Amino acid sequence: MTSGESVTVPASDRKRPHRLAVMLRSQMRNIAPFLTLICLFGFFAAASPSFATLDNLGNILTQISVTGIIAVGLTFVILCAEIDLSIAAIANVTGIAVAYFTLQESYVNIANVPMPGWAAILLALALCALLGLVNAFGLTVIGIPSFIMTLAMMQIAAGISALLVRGQIAYKVPPLVTTLGSTSIGGIPWIVIVAALMLLGGHLVLTYTRFGRYVYMVGGNREAAEYSGLNVKLILGSVMVISAVCAGVGGMLGVAHFGSAQQNEFDTYLLDSIAAVVVGGTSLFGGRGGIGNTIVGLFVLGVLNNGLDHVNIDSFLKILIRGLILLAALVINVYAQRLRERTAD
Amino acid sequence: MSAGLKPILELQEITKAFGGVEALRGVDFALSPGEIHGLVGENGAGKSTLMKIIAGVHADFSGRFILDGRETRFRSVRDAHAAGIAMVHQELSVAPDLSVAENVFLGNQPTNRFGFVQWRRMAREAGEQLKRFGIDVDPMSRLGDLPIGLQQLIEIARVLFSGARIIILDEPTSALSPPEVERLFATLKRLRDEGTSIVFISHFIEDILRVSDVVTVFRNGRKVAETRAADTSKPALIEAMIGHGREALEETYTHDIMLPPPAEKPVVLNASGLSLARSLRDVSFDVRAGEVLGIYGFMGCGQLELARILFGKLKPDQGSLAIAGEQKAFRSTAGARRAGIAFVPESRRDMLFHQEPVYKNISISVLDRISSLLLKPSREREIAARQVDQLRIRPAAVELDLGMLSGGNQQKVALAKWLSYPPRLLVLCEPTRGMDVGAKDDVIHIVRDLRAKGLAVIVLSTEPETVLSLADRIIVLKRGAVVREFSNERISKDRLLEAA
Ligand SMILES: Nc1ncnc2c1ncn2[C@@H]1O[C@H](COP(=O)(O)OP(=O)(O)OP(=O)(O)O)[C@@H](O)[C@H]1O
Ligand SMILES: [Mg+2]
Repeated sequence: MTSGESVTVPASDRKRPHRLAVMLRSQMRNIAPFLTLICLFGFFAAASPSFATLDNLGNILTQISVTGIIAVGLTFVILCAEIDLSIAAIANVTGIAVAYFTLQESYVNIANVPMPGWAAILLALALCALLGLVNAFGLTVIGIPSFIMTLAMMQIAAGISALLVRGQIAYKVPPLVTTLGSTSIGGIPWIVIVAALMLLGGHLVLTYTRFGRYVYMVGGNREAAEYSGLNVKLILGSVMVISAVCAGVGGMLGVAHFGSAQQNEFDTYLLDSIAAVVVGGTSLFGGRGGIGNTIVGLFVLGVLNNGLDHVNIDSFLKILIRGLILLAALVINVYAQRLRERTAD
Repeated sequence: MSAGLKPILELQEITKAFGGVEALRGVDFALSPGEIHGLVGENGAGKSTLMKIIAGVHADFSGRFILDGRETRFRSVRDAHAAGIAMVHQELSVAPDLSVAENVFLGNQPTNRFGFVQWRRMAREAGEQLKRFGIDVDPMSRLGDLPIGLQQLIEIARVLFSGARIIILDEPTSALSPPEVERLFATLKRLRDEGTSIVFISHFIEDILRVSDVVTVFRNGRKVAETRAADTSKPALIEAMIGHGREALEETYTHDIMLPPPAEKPVVLNASGLSLARSLRDVSFDVRAGEVLGIYGFMGCGQLELARILFGKLKPDQGSLAIAGEQKAFRSTAGARRAGIAFVPESRRDMLFHQEPVYKNISISVLDRISSLLLKPSREREIAARQVDQLRIRPAAVELDLGMLSGGNQQKVALAKWLSYPPRLLVLCEPTRGMDVGAKDDVIHIVRDLRAKGLAVIVLSTEPETVLSLADRIIVLKRGAVVREFSNERISKDRLLEAA
């Protein structure tokens, strides 16, 4: 590897621990969230006998599935150093749309437009892709910062949801969505399988494709990406659409999973998805992290949410504790980042 | 002039390693009061690293650090500041969103009794300081809006007038025009005579010989020579830097050189009537295959904007571009790249991915040639290794994060990324900025090679030497307009400077 005038020190014993330390430090971003996860898991396992059981593990997996599906797309966006605040609202409107195009029971008081299942699914997917395109257009063509653009989109999507259901609740979704959202195969819920496949797909795209490389490069240094002749706007636009479509899929399956489609059903998923991505160690400044980090972040969140239900504390206190633990995880994340930067300068 | 004085700063047996890479090995360095100490050495020799140790950037090193006869250890830049040490870094480190005045006073704004910043006083004093240094600029304007050269001058001015008694300048002249360099040198000499100690790093050996009292040469992490400037010469220094037999590498261009007559090759790029706001007025030229067109001008003459128009980063208000006779209006840099244009901007920071390994930096602009959907990392590494080898990038490890390379080696990577699939037209801004003499020579050979292969090359520079050493034809820009074209005639550095 090193040739010519050798600048590599012969591996003397004096240097070796130092080198290991450097490596550990530079991997801090990935190690810290993992340690957090192990600590949390250990704590809850010790605190409650019902926590560390196979059954409960299944619960956790199911509980993080919808967040996981949404977080796949969000990971792309955050890797590009952008943000998407409209994911939960888009998930909601897509879930509502797929129900809107499905025949509901007669007591449901929604002026809906029944269609065959496949058509309903396609229309719902088209809707979320369209909303993603609008985000992309605002961000890249008009030049609105993604924070503002998607904040507006959050309202727009919520508005469309409101118009579609008008305060009512719909229950039926196409059979395919019902199957994937609320049934199991061989004891494993379909929704877990879908989430796993989407996370895997996201990982493969980010790691092994040219597009994935471009995402990292645009996030790492946008200016340099532009001077390397990349079509930065196209890449940014694509991640916004990917994010919206992942949110849409999460929304459809979520509706099937919860058994109903209504306004404001996904509100908590916005913070959860962002937290999962960031707690996992993906940098909000772009270019660092990935789906692997998101998965760890999802488990941190899942273990935390689920574990708190297993220990005996005031349920109102739980919200506060959850917040504090998330804060601690974020502090560790930022601190790990600093360590890395210090080794790099 | 300070031979007998006791050193103000003394470093003994300094060793510093980054991971496994040893940047400094047992270096001794002494700085006397009231001396200008020149520092030269190849890219990656360890100059910046040693200076960063003095300035408190790297706190983690082994060896003795003796200031005013007492052993000390800085834990941070702040400690160094408190001890009266200030540094201008190789990479511009200003705050572009703050005003000029705030930048001048960065970190020690004048405040009143209640801790409020005294804006008027700050603006007035900043303005006065800058004027003393020959910079006439509104102290309240946003720094990022000024041309790079001016930003660099302001950063230098800030450090020079910070009252520090040890001042370190790491390649401060790379973006300055000749008159600005003269002014800087005059100021340095004045400060020296007032008792300030100055370390001056540069790859321009003549400059080093002209201003320094003492010159130290670094090579591969070691100090290999220290002499009084009066007792050495340019060839001797170059030999100490890079070894015997290559002393004649750098020409001075004080004598005339003959530009060749224009070749009868097809026109690759035709620019006509390019205008852009206040930067460019009606600029027209063309470049032929197998020709190197030099575009020379002082800082702020519109070069940077012109280059960005060629690469589709800026849209001209008026005028048009034609590639091989075909009209083009680039909507993005991607369009320009597809049309066969490659671009190396003058600033490394804009061009490279510091957190990514070298091979990804090199492969980024050719990824779509080597992979349609899936990446081929082994092929990327192979291409990168070839370029690293060809350009002699050190350390020659394609897996290393780019940020770990020295400044000059990073510059080479910026060039390397375009060479694996040579484009039709190569636009180079300051291609040799920050490179050592050996590397400059390498670049000259590479460009000549490309020219021989029929590429069209445009070299834009504020250094007359760069343009003279590369170009077959030269146009001179002044305040956004073409004022002179040199072709098929005799030319020298003086005549070029005169035209600008
Ligand atoms: N932050 C870092 N991490 C790892 N290696 C580094 C780091 N900074 C410098 N190095 C290595 O230390 C060596 C010396 O680098 P340094 O920047 O001091 O060179 P230099 O003499 O200033 O060169 P140049 O003329 O190119 O600026 C190089 O091999 C470089 O790769
Ligand atoms: Mg340097």
